[in-house]
Amino acid sequence: MSATPIVTLQDFRKTYGTFTAVDGISFDIHEGEIFGLLGPNGAGKTSTLECLEGLRRPDGGTMKIAGLDPAADSLKLRNLIGVQLQAAGLPESITPREAMRLFCSYHNAAPRYDLLERLGISEKSQTQFYELSAGQQRRLVLALAVAHDPKVLFLDEPTAGLDVASRVELHSLMKELQARGTTILLATHDMAEAEDMSDRVAILLKGRLAAIGTPMQITATGAGLTRISVRTECDSLLHPVITFPSVQHFKVEEQYIIYFSQNVGATLADIIASINLHKDTIIDLRVERPSLEDRFLEITSRGGVR
Amino acid sequence: MKAFMNHLAFEFGSGVRNKNLLLMNYLFPLGFYLLMGFIMPAINQPFREMLIPVMVVFAILSAAMLGIPDPLVNARENGIFRSYKINGVPALSILVIPVITTTLHLLIIAFIITVSAPLLFAATMPVYLSGFIITFLAMAIASCGIAVLIGVVSSSSRMTVLWSQLIFVPSMLLGGMMIPYSMLPGAAGKISQIMPATHAMNAFKGLSMGFQPDFSAWGSIIILLLTGILGFGLALFLFSWDSRNTRRRGPAWLAFLVLLPSIVGIFFLG
Repeated sequence: MSATPIVTLQDFRKTYGTFTAVDGISFDIHEGEIFGLLGPNGAGKTSTLECLEGLRRPDGGTMKIAGLDPAADSLKLRNLIGVQLQAAGLPESITPREAMRLFCSYHNAAPRYDLLERLGISEKSQTQFYELSAGQQRRLVLALAVAHDPKVLFLDEPTAGLDVASRVELHSLMKELQARGTTILLATHDMAEAEDMSDRVAILLKGRLAAIGTPMQITATGAGLTRISVRTECDSLLHPVITFPSVQHFKVEEQYIIYFSQNVGATLADIIASINLHKDTIIDLRVERPSLEDRFLEITSRGGVR
Repeated sequence: MKAFMNHLAFEFGSGVRNKNLLLMNYLFPLGFYLLMGFIMPAINQPFREMLIPVMVVFAILSAAMLGIPDPLVNARENGIFRSYKINGVPALSILVIPVITTTLHLLIIAFIITVSAPLLFAATMPVYLSGFIITFLAMAIASCGIAVLIGVVSSSSRMTVLWSQLIFVPSMLLGGMMIPYSMLPGAAGKISQIMPATHAMNAFKGLSMGFQPDFSAWGSIIILLLTGILGFGLALFLFSWDSRNTRRRGPAWLAFLVLLPSIVGIFFLG
């Protein structure tokens, strides 16, 4: 991943009548980066994506992909970008093989039938689109989006409706594309996916940029509490319940006591000292840092931060 | 060009594979042809003389007016145009390919009707084949141009049906297929000249079947071609990729300009 921006948004605005969907956001996406675009429904993700894809025109600011304006240079951009739309739109009678041949020919690329195999739809390559399951349709659209080896790939909820195996295969394909230098803009509601896959994420809220950074940076800037779950052989922490000064709050679930703390080191030291004091033994101890999902919920629940 | 040919091959295959298109392109016109062929000559002997042109015009109207607009509206509504746009499919291909494929299907139907009607129903064969082909192509261009325009400006499938039927039904009643133009009262005759079917029947009569046309047959050909070109041009001008993004280059009422050649023709053709 290089630090050269390949996608640039500067004070980008999109309005629909009197409603402002995106209100002056600016950020760069670097070459070879997987960039997660997160936000609740109506945050402006789709408007941003559709303007970048050249499907809509921005109402203010500038956006560039590889130095080209998606609205003005849409034809030049076609071979540089790959797009997997959220709603798969293909003619109902087209077969996966025909779709691959058709779209690759419009991109002046050789058909990538191997992608049909890889995404598990080769057995359905002669089946009409409307006869494919929702998951198969999504996988086909994904195969078409990457078949011409785009420099920038836009994925809108790529794993929605996919089974576990397809999801794993998609993530592996994304990493492979990234290794080959493809930049990926991933719009998703799946926080775990965004956290696992993205080098950086941006959280949009009410058309504004609420947070941007690596998943680690974003989770670190919150007031999120680390979750420490402990189970011991003699339940010495449970009967009676023992808590410590560094613990903000705790709860009991089955035979576990779960502490929430900002000072993980002090809490762990207190837990171990208490267990030793009671001559008890640890059966299970788990320390879980605040997830991107926790941070996302924190940001969205309080209306966002700059 | 390779992409265009691939797209054309796919769309042509769809015309047979897709049940709705199969119905409009083949089953409906051929079924109606067989029905009319058995019934009409028995109750109206002279119908045999114009059976082939009538059934060819009917097939064109059916395939174009009932077969083209709805898939275009559905494709726009279901985001297929969006997929096409992001994959570099030009608007021109989206509009021109259904016209070409429908015309190819119609050629097959016209061939079946022209070859079988004399054998099955003792229908009169066209006298001038070149006139037959020119009239066929002019009518196909006019009907497809109007049909594509309906598909582009209709806001929904329901509106498509309304606009298509607004052309199809009057064409059947007043277009010289059921009632000859010469038998229509003066005003009705003038109104019927707005419809492509009237001009097609007139041109078939004069240029292909060897009868006296009701008005200038070549004038009818020119009007059909101008209607088709204007319809297609307006469709391209008013084309929108996305039902959610309805910004067009002009208002939908501009589509009515497609009637201009035939309205002007009323005053010049007599």
